[in-house]
Amino acid sequence: MEASNGIEVNGLVREFKNGPRAVDGIDLRVEPGEIYGFLGPNGAGKSTTVHMLTTLLPPTAGSATVAGYDIVSDGAAVRDAIGVALQDAALDLLLTGREHMKLQGGLHGLSSEEIATRGSSLLERVGLSEAADRRVGGYSGGMKRRLDLALALIHSPRILFLDEPTTGLDVQSRAALWDEVSGLARRDGVTVFLTTQYLEEADALADRVGIIDRGKLVAEGTPGALKAQIGRPTLEAVPLDSGQKERLEAVLAGFGDPLPVSNGSAAVRLTDGTEELADVVRRLDSEGIKVADLQLHAPSLDDVFLAKTGRSLEGAGDTEPVEQDTGEHATA
Amino acid sequence: MTRRARYLAVVRTVAWRNLHSVIRAPALLLPMLAFPLFFYMAFAGGLSAVGSLPGFDYYNYDAFQFVFVLLQSAAFGGVFIGFSIGADFDSGFTRRLLLAAHDRSAVIVGFGVAALIRAAFVWAVVFGIALATGMEVGGDGIELAGLIGLAVIVNVAAFLFAAGMMTRLRTLQAAPAMQLPLFMILMTAPIYVPRNLLEGWISSVAQVNPFTAIVEAGRSLMAGDPFHVLLAFAAAAGFAALLSIFAIRGLRKAEAAG
Amino acid sequence: MTAQAATPTLRSQAPYLAWRSVIRTIRQPIVIVPPLVFPLFLLAINASGLSAATNIPNFPTDSYLAFALAFPFMQGSIFATNTAGTNVAQDIGSGFFNRLALTPMSGRSLLVGQLTGVLLIGTLQAVAFLAAGLAAGASIQSGVLGALVLFVLSLCIAAAFGAIGLFAGLRTGSAEAVQGLFPLMFILLFLSSATLPRDLIASDWYRTVATINPVSYLIEGLRSLIITGWDFEALALGFGVAIAIFVVAIWGSTVALRNRMVRT
Repeated sequence: MEASNGIEVNGLVREFKNGPRAVDGIDLRVEPGEIYGFLGPNGAGKSTTVHMLTTLLPPTAGSATVAGYDIVSDGAAVRDAIGVALQDAALDLLLTGREHMKLQGGLHGLSSEEIATRGSSLLERVGLSEAADRRVGGYSGGMKRRLDLALALIHSPRILFLDEPTTGLDVQSRAALWDEVSGLARRDGVTVFLTTQYLEEADALADRVGIIDRGKLVAEGTPGALKAQIGRPTLEAVPLDSGQKERLEAVLAGFGDPLPVSNGSAAVRLTDGTEELADVVRRLDSEGIKVADLQLHAPSLDDVFLAKTGRSLEGAGDTEPVEQDTGEHATA
Repeated sequence: MTRRARYLAVVRTVAWRNLHSVIRAPALLLPMLAFPLFFYMAFAGGLSAVGSLPGFDYYNYDAFQFVFVLLQSAAFGGVFIGFSIGADFDSGFTRRLLLAAHDRSAVIVGFGVAALIRAAFVWAVVFGIALATGMEVGGDGIELAGLIGLAVIVNVAAFLFAAGMMTRLRTLQAAPAMQLPLFMILMTAPIYVPRNLLEGWISSVAQVNPFTAIVEAGRSLMAGDPFHVLLAFAAAAGFAALLSIFAIRGLRKAEAAG
Repeated sequence: MTAQAATPTLRSQAPYLAWRSVIRTIRQPIVIVPPLVFPLFLLAINASGLSAATNIPNFPTDSYLAFALAFPFMQGSIFATNTAGTNVAQDIGSGFFNRLALTPMSGRSLLVGQLTGVLLIGTLQAVAFLAAGLAAGASIQSGVLGALVLFVLSLCIAAAFGAIGLFAGLRTGSAEAVQGLFPLMFILLFLSSATLPRDLIASDWYRTVATINPVSYLIEGLRSLIITGWDFEALALGFGVAIAIFVVAIWGSTVALRNRMVRT
């Protein structure tokens, strides 16, 4: 790949000291200017992948280039080209937002004037102008995330890594962050590598999605293409009388593949698609089964995950094993 | 289960949890053990020449320092448990404890029992090492028991102070607020020399410091020449009683805060 | 618009990290006040409580205050260990260290920056202790120049112990582990000639330990300026030990930092 703000990963592996592979041979490409959503449950290997691509962790095997630079041999050049907002906002609670800008910009070699100008501009862009001179210890979670994003951009990186940027944020803050990320790619041509465990985030933001499970990439493509692979919609019904659940399940099983649900409803993936809906209703009526709720779901990325792994994405994860940083390991 | 049985069950459980964490991580006991040993070595060893000063009438400088170290460790042992209470507040575990216990004072008593058991372990080790390194014991068994009794009351009083502070401040970050007053009380007693050899401002402060009476009574028991022991016990017990009210009121404040 | 960045150097980076270290120090009274108050309190206790010790034959001065004045400087250095180590350990624990590692920051810049905060506290301490000692009636036998040398030696000691703290913080990444050092450092401080001159320590084992303990030479270097005047041997030993500790601790910190900042 010749482009100077893309990502190319070949057979990337990260093994823990006692055996388990957090990342088990990943191959992927991110085109310049693309928003790539890296989706998976907790413990899938998303953060470990990000740590490797951002040079914080050496891979055990495999290779990758970020912005055209090898992540192992050209780490410094990679860091110059990327901005990173990791899973923890990792801010100094005693410094103000503006002071963070000063520190980060200064360490990147920007002049005082550049720091002041660009810092103010970025703080305004993320809606933190008024809070810029308050200590970060008084910021809300959403404000910290926005500051984190602004800091990642201070040195005008070509590629932006965002590791679960909206975890723990309220709906409004999340939407605001989505707008900003989307704008970065569309307006400024920044390539965005975004990890998330939220389906709707990947759906809303990503041009292409890679789904990772237990260290392996199990699916990759545009959200639409991935869902089209699954193709079939899901029908979910809640019986009015909970005693009729078994009969409801038996009826629905005649129209497709039963799906596991745990909330007192019954669900099935329809064999012949939405055309069957009328037949389902007629059959339920003839059997005398009344339903309190009947919903038709188009295929989701969770359905994609389920189809590929046999598990639902939501609730599928373990805590991502964190390598104990004893300070004793050496670079690969 | 009777109310008394339930109360004791809570006390036992809380105390067990605290002691269990020390057994699992013995390093937690290190500060409690290391400080008294170190103070004993530093003062008895490093300042032993002070024992030869004119006017120093005590029978043995090692024993002179041992008594102070014993009582100091009793006091700090009570306060260290306060750190556990603070840590539990920070982690939210206190809420779990308060929800589980019918009579919540049992939670405090449980911590107090753990404090005493840990302190007793430390005293045994320090006493053993002091004897092994040549300390002479002037008192008999009853007098030594009296000295231990004094240490127990000091431990309880210090713990109640810490419990009262922690239930009010409800964070480990308040640890200095517990340690500092205690430190000042301990350090303004006659540590290095008897009261008659003190000069300057510290002599005046030591005169009015209640801990002075406790240390002097302890030293007299150690020497086998009890002096104002009952007064010392009464003073220590009186403080403990007042501090128990302080602790209970703190508990009520913690309950009200949720 | 792409920001045009100059190639960062130690000279350009260290000031930013030093500035951060200073700001963090100033904004945390708990980091400034105890290192000032606690040693002064102990000085007051010891100066008064052990004043009778000057009656021991061959005691080098008739003022225990003057004798003990070196002690708070050493105690302050222990706080420097704690502060420096805790700050860097907290950065590691919070992930802020990764933030710094993702910039072109060099390891040396980080170490220089972190030590700046330590030196700020060390300066405040030196001024406070000297002022308190003089106000309480102690006099500096080596005069005004000696007071300046005392100041410089105390900063060297603060830097040395700050470097120990940095090593501990970088090696363990744990603020609790760093704070666990505090009692050990305290023990090291007391098992020295802090409370009595080495030749007047009656206990043989204690005198031996105090002779081996490098802290004794740091204290004796400081003390010589206060109660003796110009004792070049004591000064040479004091400065020598401080510099040696600093060099070893900084080397250890550099290695620990290299291992900690695993970036490729």
